[in-house]
Amino acid sequence: MSPAFVRVEDLCKRYPDARGRLGDAVFEHVHFEVERGEFVAVLGHSGCGKTTILNILAGLEQASSGVVLMEGHEVSGPSLDRGVVFQGHALMPWRTVLGNVVFAVQSRWPRWTREQVREHSMRQLEMVGMAGAADKKPHQLSGGMKQRVGIARAFAIQPKMLLLDEPFGALDALTRGTIQDELLRIVQATRQTVFMITHDVDEAILLADRIVLMSNGPLAKIAEIVEITMPRERTRAGMHHDPQYYRIRNHLVDFLVNRSRGYAAGGELAVLHNPRQPPVSRPGLAVEEAHEEPGNGDVPRLRQVINL
Amino acid sequence: MTSRNRSRMQSAALSLLIAGVLLAIWQFVTLPKPVKLPPGVSAEYAELMGQGKATKQGFPTPAQVTHTFVRELRNPFYDHGPNDKGIGLQLGYSLARVAGGFALAVIVALPLGFVIGMFQVLHRAFDPFIQILKPISPLAWMPIALYTLKDANVSAVFVIFICSVWPMLINTAFGVAGVRREWLNVAQTLEVKPMRKAFQVILPAAAPTILTGMRISMGIAWLVIVAAEMLVGGTGIGYYVWNEWNNLALPSMLFAISLIGLVGMLLDLSFARLQRAVTYAE
Repeated sequence: MSPAFVRVEDLCKRYPDARGRLGDAVFEHVHFEVERGEFVAVLGHSGCGKTTILNILAGLEQASSGVVLMEGHEVSGPSLDRGVVFQGHALMPWRTVLGNVVFAVQSRWPRWTREQVREHSMRQLEMVGMAGAADKKPHQLSGGMKQRVGIARAFAIQPKMLLLDEPFGALDALTRGTIQDELLRIVQATRQTVFMITHDVDEAILLADRIVLMSNGPLAKIAEIVEITMPRERTRAGMHHDPQYYRIRNHLVDFLVNRSRGYAAGGELAVLHNPRQPPVSRPGLAVEEAHEEPGNGDVPRLRQVINL
Repeated sequence: MTSRNRSRMQSAALSLLIAGVLLAIWQFVTLPKPVKLPPGVSAEYAELMGQGKATKQGFPTPAQVTHTFVRELRNPFYDHGPNDKGIGLQLGYSLARVAGGFALAVIVALPLGFVIGMFQVLHRAFDPFIQILKPISPLAWMPIALYTLKDANVSAVFVIFICSVWPMLINTAFGVAGVRREWLNVAQTLEVKPMRKAFQVILPAAAPTILTGMRISMGIAWLVIVAAEMLVGGTGIGYYVWNEWNNLALPSMLFAISLIGLVGMLLDLSFARLQRAVTYAE
């Protein structure tokens, strides 16, 4: 098998306390991989270091130990290969909407002519439906529109991997839904590799191919990796008609509510848990597998249904 | 008429009223007083003793000052030798000194403030010097400046420089240090080169704070130039005031003082406008 596109090995982060001594790790033994074209979401409670992991992937923070490899090279600092959509949009308020995207495009292709830059930037804004507001200043936009511009700016540099840090956390439910749909459409069209932080279960199911579940911090680790077995062509409107959806959702909510605490040292779930090789589960298929196991063919399955 | 317009009109009317009242009070207190003669003293004798009706009141009347305004403003740029120059020329000398000192201060304070703001280590290293030098009255530097620079005019410029530099330096450092982490992160993830980051991210982000510092500096510089020119003499609006004081020409002094206020206001207004131009809403 060829090496993974992005490979995270034994990542650990410790912050110094008030006296400058290193305290307990926020998270440790974090191992996972991201394949090219894959959408990976990280789900976990506040304080498990999700944002720190993203910042390390972005190159904005240094890990206390462990490495991140992208295409076999160690990530040692920020790079145009990895575009970031920040939690609080992070648009520059003195630039227009277009100006913000232009700033990114000029950084990526410094030799482009003014026209090329402008044309490419406008295309990005069109993609998120913000071309009409190109000459507005960020403060004239709603939160959702600002985040759209943030997404356009991140896509504009055509990064090898897109990092999303709870991009819709501050938006109202309605706006969030619309932008999630747009992001889904763009990601499906571009086959963009995405790594996203979220604490919204439905958002994770809708967008992700795999969901990395983090146990609670401090000493957070990857508890489990959930594969979303629903077909990739999902829509927010149609997703809940898929019987897999509720199984996955229940599995994730159950984890967040009950199990995420159990991985601390001495916890009942920690005993057999190996954070270096977290279990991979497919809750969407769980029932089918259970039904198919004893039977061979349609008849026993029917009988089973009747017996119920 | 909108209510906003109406309230503006009301303010303007009130301002005019205040001006009228002040003028009336001025007029009243400078009226020639009827002379009360002690019993047994003839009016003629009193006049001979300098206490009669013809005695001038010390403070000029509004009419006298208006007369000076008209006379001086009719020909503001005449030059009749070192002690008799038009008010326009004198103001020009002062403005040139302020501009020179202020420009020097910008050249020093902006880059220095930038690096101090960016590096905590430098900030802590420079802080004691700034804290000690800042509260020194700019005029206290004058003797040292005269001794070392050996030129009155250059010394005046130096005094303006030294008084303008501190607010600019402190505000630039403060503004640069306070640039939001997220904008710097954006620049970092886009691999923006240091110079481009300085001019296209940090400078626009800190510009409102920097301009506030410049505006404060300009205010102080205009206060200080009058005092400095009283000391160094020769030319300038400060020297003009001092010269008219020596001539006991009070109407001319009042005229010069009003112009100092007016020019100071215009300087402040222009910086306020600049400040508005670089301020961004979030």
